[in-house]
Amino acid sequence: MPVDTVQEKVVYERPRSLADVPNHYCPGCGHGIIHKLLAQCIDELGIQESTILVAPVGCSVLAYNYLRVDGCEAAHGRAPAVATGLKRVHPDTTVISYQGDGDLLAIGTAETIHAANRGEKITVIFVNNAIYGMTGGQMAPTSLQAQKTKTSPYGRNPADVGFPIRACELLNTLQAPVFIERCAVSSVKTILKAKRAIMKGLRNQVEGKGYSFIEILSMCPTGWGMEPREAVSWMEAEMVPVFPLGNLRDR
Amino acid sequence: MSRGRAEIDRERCKGCTLCIGACPEKILAMSRDSFNRQGVPYAECFDESRCTACMSCAIICPDMAIRIIRLVTIGGE
Repeated sequence: MPVDTVQEKVVYERPRSLADVPNHYCPGCGHGIIHKLLAQCIDELGIQESTILVAPVGCSVLAYNYLRVDGCEAAHGRAPAVATGLKRVHPDTTVISYQGDGDLLAIGTAETIHAANRGEKITVIFVNNAIYGMTGGQMAPTSLQAQKTKTSPYGRNPADVGFPIRACELLNTLQAPVFIERCAVSSVKTILKAKRAIMKGLRNQVEGKGYSFIEILSMCPTGWGMEPREAVSWMEAEMVPVFPLGNLRDR
Repeated sequence: MSRGRAEIDRERCKGCTLCIGACPEKILAMSRDSFNRQGVPYAECFDESRCTACMSCAIICPDMAIRIIRLVTIGGE
């Protein structure tokens, strides 16, 4: 009678494209999860050698220390313009622009919209945490109505500073983008969905389809002044109704 | 039901507790009296026999501090 042998199999470990170093993000920050998803997708598509990451300004300015791919640093908000240049000069590479809300929707609004409108064949990862994390928790273009931040201590007042900008819906009015989706990293389920969206965005580029935009709602426990798990609940209760998850376009 | 275990790198853990919320078996907890070199309590599995290697804790960990090992039975009837 044959005897059962039990073998140990590693089923989840650090992706090759993610450097084996501790990251500088605060406990419970969503950037770590998103970096990991990006690295997993790069590994699964086998494009580590041909990927160029355009790092933004903000907390994730040091993304090039964590993702083991070629990189380029762009001035605040200029990541889609730099990515445009890189992609046009190196059409065979996969160019990823990784940006936060202050970067993409405040100082970089013009670059964002025009790169999308030109249909540049790049993938934009937009990390939306409704606050300026690195500079100490100031109001961002995506801060929610009545959300208290350092620069809106009585809550964001739309009569004064307007309503939060919905980037996906804004870009969905343009003709050129081929893929627009909003995801979140608040639970295992939404993280797996976010991974599928990133995968699709990168595959669109490998196949030469066009501009892909993936917005990812992320936690900033430090900026929001909450415990990490409290931040997850706040995001699901307050942010998701304003920024509904789902796919807006997939051509 | 598959079995396995989560290997938590205590020095990489920042004590955010997201894994504890994500674990469907509720077998993770923060260390009580010990701290890592960063000076924070870290996540621990207190009952490995109930781990199903579902990977939830590893998927949500922002610091890639968790590896998942699944036990695979080979041979037998």
